[in-house]
Amino acid sequence: MKRTQSNNRLIQWIDERLPVFSYADHNVLAYPTPKNLNYWWNYGSIAGIVLVIMIVTGIFLAMNYQPHTDVAFASVERIVRDVNYGWLLRYLHMNGASMFFIVVYIHMFRGIYFGSYKAPREILWMVGVTIYVVMMATAFMGYVLPWGQMSFWGATVITNLFSAIPIIGDYIVTWVWGGFSVDVPTINRFFVWHYLLPAIILGLVIVHLWALHVHKSSNPLGIDIKTPQDMMPFHPYYTIKDLYGLGLFMIFFMYFVFFQPNFFGEADNYIPANPMVTPPHIVPEWYFLPFYAILRAIPDKLGGVVVMFAGVLILYVLPWLDTSKVRSATFRPIYKQLFWLFVANCLFLGWLGGKPTEGVYVIMTRLATGYYFAFFLVLMPLVGRLEKTKPLPNSIYEEVAKKCRAKED
Amino acid sequence: MANTPGNNPDDLDGDRRDFLLISTTTLGLAGVTMAAWPFIHSINPAKDVLALSSTEVDLSTVEVGMAITAMWRGKPVFIRHRSAAEIESARAVSLDELRDPQNDADRVQKPEWLIAVGVCTHLGCIPSGQSLGDNKGDFGGWYCPCHGSHYDASGRIRKGPAPFNLKVPPYAFTDDTTIVIG
Repeated sequence: MKRTQSNNRLIQWIDERLPVFSYADHNVLAYPTPKNLNYWWNYGSIAGIVLVIMIVTGIFLAMNYQPHTDVAFASVERIVRDVNYGWLLRYLHMNGASMFFIVVYIHMFRGIYFGSYKAPREILWMVGVTIYVVMMATAFMGYVLPWGQMSFWGATVITNLFSAIPIIGDYIVTWVWGGFSVDVPTINRFFVWHYLLPAIILGLVIVHLWALHVHKSSNPLGIDIKTPQDMMPFHPYYTIKDLYGLGLFMIFFMYFVFFQPNFFGEADNYIPANPMVTPPHIVPEWYFLPFYAILRAIPDKLGGVVVMFAGVLILYVLPWLDTSKVRSATFRPIYKQLFWLFVANCLFLGWLGGKPTEGVYVIMTRLATGYYFAFFLVLMPLVGRLEKTKPLPNSIYEEVAKKCRAKED
Repeated sequence: MANTPGNNPDDLDGDRRDFLLISTTTLGLAGVTMAAWPFIHSINPAKDVLALSSTEVDLSTVEVGMAITAMWRGKPVFIRHRSAAEIESARAVSLDELRDPQNDADRVQKPEWLIAVGVCTHLGCIPSGQSLGDNKGDFGGWYCPCHGSHYDASGRIRKGPAPFNLKVPPYAFTDDTTIVIG
């Protein structure tokens, strides 16, 4: 790592002992970035900022929240009604969870479209999938904390998934609950996990960035960086591009916080938890709906749970299921269409996850589940081998220069 | 690479870049500062805490020479029904003898009722002297066992490390025998 370029004696003195300045220069300021990144590459930094917003709002909410079945619901209402700006903190946190998933889903689809997970970035991708899995656990436990009807019954249903495990299932569920139903020990430990896991996510994000900075960002052309001409310094070019995207995203985020704060929520969660009555129509939060649909597509308890978890975990082996040597779908005419069908299918599954399990919905859910897995297990390996890809450009620099000339003409 | 011609922003248009950088940074910092306020303010006392900040106390059962302790904002308030002798002794003290000079008349609304926050002005312990057998200190008022501060029958500091008299809370008589503190 080269020394800091600063002429300031104090900065040089500190940097020799603790190289924070040369580290920042190396990883943020002069950090070499492909010249051709488009706006789909904004979502990583946006996700990082949403994580920070979630952690900060969460810390301040925790200062007024009480994890006990008797008072949890009332303490959340007190936050909204009595705590100064408590409504703002809660709605930032509540909608922030949805925003986090929107951003992360776009980030993941970006990775799948542009083949960002391919060699040498497999571990980068797998760390990302781990972040996603931990995020899901964190979001689920956070949703339990307000202790409304959906919190309680969501907690009951999701923890009961483990009862599908043969022989030891029931013991595991009792262990997770700390009792014989979702009760005081459950909400208490969920609060602890919900506060702890974001720190683990933060650690994983650092590992994610560490892996990213080894081979640098992938890019829309999916070809390797060959010469210094293919790159430019992160600052100011991508700091400003990221900030611009962040500004637009924050307008979207704040629209929900200030004008539609309960848009992503369920009205039933404003009814205090009642262990004696299940609401007639229970659904998980929208970001779990595609997997909830997959769970319900399988007419067998254990089978449904296994297939649902497989739907998430299959992402880990994506780098080895995709046999194509070409990274970017831009040069893969068939895969490109299958990809967009896959995106539409995921949205369709999400829609189906919110529908009752009857009649035609069941059949559609099974078909959509079929395509979900066929895309990964059949189409990816086959199309990668058989598809005739378009010719790749020679270098990022040539392509960028070509575009610039076209603009000038 | 950072120094490749055309890549270094300073080569392009230094003044304009400086203006943009400084104005963007200023605006960003202003925004972050404003966004910080709701977080800082959220840990101030909430509306329900503020709503509890007055306490009504019935004095009708407190005989001369007795004292009761009311709770106001989570702290004890000493209410002593003073005897004529106590009032006399509190009034007789010359201001020169006092560390925190204050007339007894300025510390009471009705001379027979002394009302003061029962928190030692040294480091926040609760002085003894409310009950019959308590140590009332060398001046017939209160004595703080933590670091040995002595208060007189007007709640004024007379001896020991405390710098100020016991604080008189805001209160009002709503009738002859009822007060509202806060």
